[in-house]
Amino acid sequence: MVRRLAAWLHTHARVRLAALLAAPLLWLAGAYLGALAVLLVSAFWTVNTFTGELVQQPTLVNFQALLQGEVYRTVAFRTVATAAAVTIVDALIALPMAFFMAKVARPRARTWLIIAVLTPLWASYLVKAYAWRVILGGGGLADWMSAGHSPGYGLTATVLVLAYLWLPYMILPIYAGLERLPDSHLEASADLGARAARTFRSVVLPAVVPSIIAGSIFTFSLSLGDYITVQIVGGRTQLIGNLVYVNIGAANNLPFAAALATVPVVIMIGYLVAVRRSGALEEL
Amino acid sequence: VILSPMAKWCLRLGMALGLAFIYVPLAVVLVNSFNADRTFGWPPPGFTVKWWQAAWDSSGVRAALWTSVQAGLGAAAIALVLGSLVAFAVHRHRFFGRQALSLLVVLPIALPGIVTGIALDSAWRSVIAPLGLGKGLFSVIVGHATFCVVVVYNNVLARLRRTAPSLEEASADLGADTFQTFRHITFPLVRSALFAGGLLAFALSFDEIVVTTFTAGPSVQTLPIWIFNNLFRPNQAPVVNVVAAVLIVLSVIPIYLAQRLSSDSATTHR
Repeated sequence: MVRRLAAWLHTHARVRLAALLAAPLLWLAGAYLGALAVLLVSAFWTVNTFTGELVQQPTLVNFQALLQGEVYRTVAFRTVATAAAVTIVDALIALPMAFFMAKVARPRARTWLIIAVLTPLWASYLVKAYAWRVILGGGGLADWMSAGHSPGYGLTATVLVLAYLWLPYMILPIYAGLERLPDSHLEASADLGARAARTFRSVVLPAVVPSIIAGSIFTFSLSLGDYITVQIVGGRTQLIGNLVYVNIGAANNLPFAAALATVPVVIMIGYLVAVRRSGALEEL
Repeated sequence: VILSPMAKWCLRLGMALGLAFIYVPLAVVLVNSFNADRTFGWPPPGFTVKWWQAAWDSSGVRAALWTSVQAGLGAAAIALVLGSLVAFAVHRHRFFGRQALSLLVVLPIALPGIVTGIALDSAWRSVIAPLGLGKGLFSVIVGHATFCVVVVYNNVLARLRRTAPSLEEASADLGADTFQTFRHITFPLVRSALFAGGLLAFALSFDEIVVTTFTAGPSVQTLPIWIFNNLFRPNQAPVVNVVAAVLIVLSVIPIYLAQRLSSDSATTHR
């Protein structure tokens, strides 16, 4: 019986494919994509301010409010600036580390360094944000080390902590990119009389730019959607994520929250389209 | 590479500073779990183990930990099934929408967590809640499984691409049917990839807070939710810190397992 079924399946590839895909498609395409579609559609609905009930009539008022509201433009700009700052900080920290790992460290040390860089990825997100809350808090390590000039909670702290959280995502692609760059290229550059700075500019940088862009996809997109770290170390700072959260919870305005949530998604899609030309997507 | 001693020195310094940046905050949490000062003044005025005692006695922590383990196991189990199914379909078959399917699998983790969170939340409230199933542990597992599928899918697909189809053809030539080939040949080949994917899925679920916030019912508290709820309460701070310290120490386990796993597969493949 089982053998007959097996033989029948063997000759019917379409049936095998259907059996494989039925459950995942029902889950991902049916349930998840369906939920996303409803969310997108609900961005064009409104909420009755008196009853708090959804009014399912398509309108653009949410997007109009988004584009015209001074607050939303400020917050959207602040969010993008934060994500960009996080990406730059990460690239600056990651570049020398990745270069050391790929070109200076001996093979044995290299293995250990990779483990050391990857280890924090397994540590909890919340724990890491919490660690910085304690460090930056009044009388904490940052105060002690800087003799009372700690940045405290705020936008600077948010950038710092987000950069800390996503640093491994920047180190790994740069390391992979540098490892593919043959040592002979660096030697050739030196033989041709280039100094370190010139070699860096003309040989190393062109080789790592696609890797940096690949890393930036993670650091940028993860920062765009974040609202937890901001609550933990951001003081009163608000990013797009916080506004979305407030509109679902306290304001009970799901349509407006949905409209707000499209902002980071649209920015991210724009970013992906822009960097696709650089060939960075193949580095992922 | 030939570098000037000066350049080498600068790079070494950059590496050391980078590692310090990564590890000092984690070390601070570990030290602070013994800090006698309630508000974690630095340097610590003295050391104590009473916070560890308090955390051990906290029923809230234990309940949250158990909830997180259940959610992680449930999400990993579902992700293992769905992720493997998609990986086999994509590897074995050519069909319309194959590229789109790979994109669909990545989407839940590529989109900001808050988008996935509110989408699932409103879908649950409008479709499933009317059927009488409110949000609870099950909705958390559903939410987590959705974004965990991709890690199992990636691991299994990568393994399938590396294994030679000749093994399965040989099995069929020797008279094994589809099921026997799967049990004796294919499954052993992908077993360690399944384990790695499952481990990663569990870790992702165990750490997730954003999707959990939107999919958990009011009575369900996973460990990250518990930490977040108690983070801003000064009198709970020492217990939160001990939990954080424990989580840092526990994060060594998956690294050890992953390392063992990669060295195992490295030796069997060569």
